[in-house]
Amino acid sequence: MKLRTPILAMAAVVALAAPAAWAHRMWLLPSSTVISGSDNWVTVDAAVSNDLFFFDHRPMAAIPTVTQPDGSEGKVEHHAVGQFRATFDVHLTQQGTYRIAVVNEGVFGRYVLNGETKMIPRGTTKAQLATVIPAGATDVQTSEALTRNEIFVTQGAPTTTVFTPAGRGIELVPVTHPNDLVAGEAATFQFLLDGKPAAGLYVTAIPGGIRYRDKLKQMDLRTDAQGKVKITWPEPGMYWLNVTPNAPQEGRPAPGAAAAAPQGQAPAMGGVPSGRRVSYTTTLEVLAP
Amino acid sequence: MQFRLTGWTTAAIGAGALLPGTAGAQTIDLSIELPRMTVAEYHRPYVAAWLEKEGAAPQTLSVWYDVDKRGGEGTKWLRDVRQWWRAAGRSMRFPADGISGATRAPGVHKLRLVAGRGAIAAITPGSYVLVVEAAREVGGRELVRLPFRWTGTSATAVGKGSAELGTVSVSIKR
Repeated sequence: MKLRTPILAMAAVVALAAPAAWAHRMWLLPSSTVISGSDNWVTVDAAVSNDLFFFDHRPMAAIPTVTQPDGSEGKVEHHAVGQFRATFDVHLTQQGTYRIAVVNEGVFGRYVLNGETKMIPRGTTKAQLATVIPAGATDVQTSEALTRNEIFVTQGAPTTTVFTPAGRGIELVPVTHPNDLVAGEAATFQFLLDGKPAAGLYVTAIPGGIRYRDKLKQMDLRTDAQGKVKITWPEPGMYWLNVTPNAPQEGRPAPGAAAAAPQGQAPAMGGVPSGRRVSYTTTLEVLAP
Repeated sequence: MQFRLTGWTTAAIGAGALLPGTAGAQTIDLSIELPRMTVAEYHRPYVAAWLEKEGAAPQTLSVWYDVDKRGGEGTKWLRDVRQWWRAAGRSMRFPADGISGATRAPGVHKLRLVAGRGAIAAITPGSYVLVVEAAREVGGRELVRLPFRWTGTSATAVGKGSAELGTVSVSIKR
C-alpha cells in the first residue's frame, strides 16, 4: 500500500504532462483543404477524442504554428479553448500550401532525491534537463518525446515549400501531395525519421465518421525500405493518419492510439515511459472523383 | 499590309476556309444545356468545359462563375467544380481572358470558340475527351464526358446529363 500510492499519483502526473502517451486520438480538423481564390479563411477544430472526428473528450489547447507557402511564419487568429475542443482560424493570403502544426517536444521523467521520488517539471526541454535535475539526484529516468500533429491546406495550386524537413522526429514528404487526394486513387507518402527515410514505420489510416458505423475501417500499413507507403482511399472524406515506430500492440501504447490501460503496464515502468517516443499525425481530406 | 492580313485571317476563319496564316485554327462549337429546376433555392451553376488528351495538359475552353462578386469573391467556389479545378483550374488566374465569363440561366447555350489563337491552343490530331462539369450552389454536381477523335478535318460528339446538365454537344471543324 505504501508503495502503490505514489505510483498511482505519478501516473496521474505523467498523464497530464504527456497526454499523447496515454490519451485518445489527437486531431486537427480543417474546415477546408482545397481552396480557390486569393483571400480565404480556414477554421480548425483541435481536440482529443476516441471517435473521429467528434469532439467529446478534451480540447487540444496548444497554439499551433503556421507556415505559409513562402516559408514565412503565419498567424493563428481567434484561438479559443472550449471544454471539448479548441478552435482557431488562419487567414490565407498567399497562393500555395500552408502547414498548420502542433509539435510537442519535451522530456519527461523522474529522479530520487533524499529518498523522495520527484517528477521532472512539465514542459522541460532537452536543453534544460541538466538544470532541472538537482545535484545528488539518483535513479534518474527520462524519456524524450517528439510528437508532430500537422495538417495542410492549399489555396490555388499545391506547393511543396512547407515540406522541407526539419530533420527531427517523424516527418512527411509528399510523393502524392496531401491536398491532391481523390477516392479510388492511390497516394504515396514518404516518412522520414530524423531526416532519413524510415523503413518499417507503422502507418494507421482511419476514416472519420466512426460514431455512425460499427466497423473501424482501419487500414494498417508499414513503410517500405524507402520509407514510403501507398494508400488507396476507399471513399471520400476526412482520414486520420498516424505514424509510429512501434506497433500499438508491442508493449506501451503508441502515441495517438486508442486509450491504453495503465493498470496493465508493468509496475516497473512507474508511469514513466522509457526511451524515446516519436509520432506523426495528420488529417487528410480525400475528395470525391 | 499587316492590318489587311489580319482582316483576311478573321474572315477566313469565319468562312471556314483555310489560308496559310490560319493553319492551326479550328472552330469549336459547344452546346451546353442547363436544365430548368423546380427547387426552392436556385442559383445558376458554375460550369467548366475543358479538353483532355492523354499526355497533354488539359485545355480549359470556358468557365462560367460569379465574375461580378465584389473583391473576386466568386472565385472562392471555383474549387467546387472539382474535377476541373484539379485538372486545370487551380493553376489558372481569374478572370481568365477569353475563357471565363458570367454564370448563365437555364436553357441551351451555344458557344463558338476558336482554337489555335488566343487563349485556346490548336487541337493536334489524337484522341480527346471534352468534359463539361456543372456545380450548383445548394445543389448537385455533374460531369458529362464526350470522347472524340480529331484527325484534322471534323469531329462531333453528343452526350446527356441526368441532373445538373442536359444535352451537351461538341463539333469541331478545321
